[in-house]
Amino acid sequence: MTVEELYGKQAEELERQQALKNRIMCCSAAGCLSCGADGLRQAISAEIAAQGRQAEIELCGTGCLGMCSRGPLVLSAADNRLYGNVTPADAASLVSANPSGKPTLPDRAIDLDAPFFSKQMRIVLANSGRVDPEKLADYIAAGGYQALGKALTAMSPREVIEEVKKSGLRGRGGAGYPTGLKWDLVMKQIPQVKYVVCNADEGDPGAFMDRSVLEGMAIAGFAVGAQQGYIYVRGEYGLAIERLQTAIKQAERERLLGHRILESGFQFRIDLRVGAGAFVCGEETALIASIEGKRGQPRQRPPYPPESGLWGAPTLINNVETFANIAPIVQNGGDWFASVGTASSKGTKVFALAGKIANTGLIEVPMGTTLRTILFDIGGGIPAGKFKAAQTGGPSGGCIPEQFLDAPVDYESLAKIGSIMGSGGLIVMDDSSCMVDVARFFMEFCMDESCGKCIPCRAGTVQMHDILHRMTRGQATEDDMQMLETLSELLRETSLCGLGQTAPNPVMSTLKYFRHEYEAHIRDRRCPAGHCQIESQLEGAMA
Amino acid sequence: MTASPPAATVKDNREKLLERAMSRYRYSGDALIEVLHTAQELYGFLPPPLLKTIARKLRLPPSRVLGVATFYHFFSLKPKAPHTFVVCLGTACYVAGALGLVETLNRRCAKPENSGVRNDVSVQSARCIGSCGLAPAVIFDGKVLARVTRQLIGAELEGIGVK
Repeated sequence: MTVEELYGKQAEELERQQALKNRIMCCSAAGCLSCGADGLRQAISAEIAAQGRQAEIELCGTGCLGMCSRGPLVLSAADNRLYGNVTPADAASLVSANPSGKPTLPDRAIDLDAPFFSKQMRIVLANSGRVDPEKLADYIAAGGYQALGKALTAMSPREVIEEVKKSGLRGRGGAGYPTGLKWDLVMKQIPQVKYVVCNADEGDPGAFMDRSVLEGMAIAGFAVGAQQGYIYVRGEYGLAIERLQTAIKQAERERLLGHRILESGFQFRIDLRVGAGAFVCGEETALIASIEGKRGQPRQRPPYPPESGLWGAPTLINNVETFANIAPIVQNGGDWFASVGTASSKGTKVFALAGKIANTGLIEVPMGTTLRTILFDIGGGIPAGKFKAAQTGGPSGGCIPEQFLDAPVDYESLAKIGSIMGSGGLIVMDDSSCMVDVARFFMEFCMDESCGKCIPCRAGTVQMHDILHRMTRGQATEDDMQMLETLSELLRETSLCGLGQTAPNPVMSTLKYFRHEYEAHIRDRRCPAGHCQIESQLEGAMA
Repeated sequence: MTASPPAATVKDNREKLLERAMSRYRYSGDALIEVLHTAQELYGFLPPPLLKTIARKLRLPPSRVLGVATFYHFFSLKPKAPHTFVVCLGTACYVAGALGLVETLNRRCAKPENSGVRNDVSVQSARCIGSCGLAPAVIFDGKVLARVTRQLIGAELEGIGVK
C-alpha cells in the first residue's frame, strides 16, 4: 500500500468503528488471561450472539489496561468506562443497551479520574485500550505506520537520526546510552550489511509487544541502513511470541514490512528469535551469540556491536521500550518528546508495579516523577504493614529505602542511590521482608544464571551466596561481612559483562541502607523481620 | 497437543516435521536454537541420539549441540513428568512468598506415602512468567494459577493423587 492508501485505510476503519454502537474491549494481557479473561470473553461473545447484535457491537481484545490487580478488566468504549473483577455473569449487563449514561455495572466500575490514571502519562502504552493486538486495522486506525511513512517519504536517514538525537531518548534497558548517538554510530559504519536487533529478553512486561515496536525497528533500519531485523524474545512469553508472529505476517501482507515498504525502495524484514531461558542473554554480546545459534556467553568489548555485532556486521541493539518510543518521536518531533521529563532523562518510563502494594499493574510516568507519587498516589500505598524498600532493576538493581522516596526517578538519581533504571520492574517490600534474605535471593539467582565464562562472576557469586546463606541461618561472623564487601568490589570491578558487574548491587545497597539487619543476623543471631529461620531462635523457642 | 495418535504414525510424522524445520532454515548451524525448540516441541524432550542426528544434519560438532542444549534452561535432556508445577521465582513472587510454595511442593512429594506418584510430578521454577500483578503465580500443567496459597497447592496436589 502507498502512504495515501494508509491514510485512506485509517479513515475507513475509524468510520467503521464510529458506526458501531459499542466496542467492548477485554484485556488480553498475561495478567488478565490468568484470572479468567478468556472465559469472560467467550461469555460476552455468546451474549452478543444471543441478543443478535453482532453487527453493532464489536468484541475485541486489547493490550494491558494497567490495573492488573483488578483483573479481568473490560473497557466499554461507548461510555469510556473501565470495569474490573468482571465475571461471566456480568456479560448480559455489559452487552445490553444503556441509555441512562450511568455505569452499567456500578460496583465493578473503576474510577478513571483516580490518581492511578491521572498521574500517568502514556506515550509507549498509548495504544493499550485502543488497539486489538491481533488486528492490523486497529493499529492503522490509531495512526500506526504513519511515522514510518513520514520517515520514508519526507525525511532522510540523517534527519531521522537528528530527530532522535534531539528527543534526548536514552536506552530504556540498563545504562541509558543516548539512542541517537548509537544510531549515528551504526549509520556511519562502512559495511553494506547491517542489522537491527530488538532486545525483548529483559523481562519487559509482555504488554509492550505491540506493533509500534515493529514500526520503530523499521524506522531504525531505514535510518542506519539495515535491511534485516531480529527480535530476540524470551521463550517464556508464549503470548508475546504468538502476537508478534501474527503482527509480522499481517504487516508483510500489507507491504508495511518486507520488500518495497509503502511502495518505496526501502526493504526491511523482521524475524523472531526465541530465547531458551538464560538471563545472561539480556547482555548484548551474549544475545548476539544466542541469535547466532551459540551458547549465550558474552565476549570482551570493544569492539562494541555498532562496529562488530551479529555475524561481525554493524548491529544496532535497543530494547523494546526504546523502539516503542521511536514512532511517536518521528511523528511528533524530537522537541515534543524532549519537553517531557527532566534535564537529562527525557520522556516517560514504564514500570511494572508489584509486590506489597495495593494497585499492582503496568504504569507509565514522566521521567522525574518521585517514587512517593508512583508508590503512594498511583500505587495506592502499602495495604498492610510499613514501607521498607523499593527494588528496581531486578537482580542488577538495588533496594531503595524510605529516605529516598522523594527522589525523582531518572537515570542519574537512581544511579546515585545505588540502583538502576532497569527495564521496569518496581517491586515494593514491606517490613515482613528481610533484606539479608532479599540479597541472598538475588545472589542465588545470579549464581544460577552466571554463564561461567569469567572467574570473578562464576566463583564470586557462589562465594557471596554462601556467605549470605550462612547469614540467614545465623552462622556468619563479622569477618564474613568484611569478605562480602571485598567480594562485591571485586565482582563489580573485574567481571566481564553486566551480569557479574551488577550482581553485587542488591548486596551493596542493602549493606549500605540496611546494615543494622546484617548486624542483627550476625551479632544477635536474630532476624528483625522474623523471616529467617535462625537456629538459636528456634532453640530459644523450644526451651 | 493433548490427545496423542498411535505411536507409530507419530514417530514418522515427527521426523518429517523436524526435517521440514531444518530445511526451512537451510540446514544452517545458526538456526540450532530454533531447531532445538522445534525438536523439543515434537518430542517433549531432547534425547541424546536426537541431538546427534541434529548435529549431523546441521553439520555441527556434537559437542556444540550438546553445549547449547545444556546451556539453556528451557531444553531438557530427560523426559518430562506427566505433571509439572512451575513456580515463578521472579522478585514479585518471591516477595509474596513463592519460596514457601516450592518448599510445600517438595515436602508433600517427598512424603513416604507418595512414593508411587512422586515421579509423576516435577517441581520447577521460572525466573519470571510476566504475571507479577498476580503474585505468587504457579503454572500447573500449562495453566497459570494466580495468587497461589499453600491450600490451593494442596488441593491441586490432591487432584493428581498426591496425599
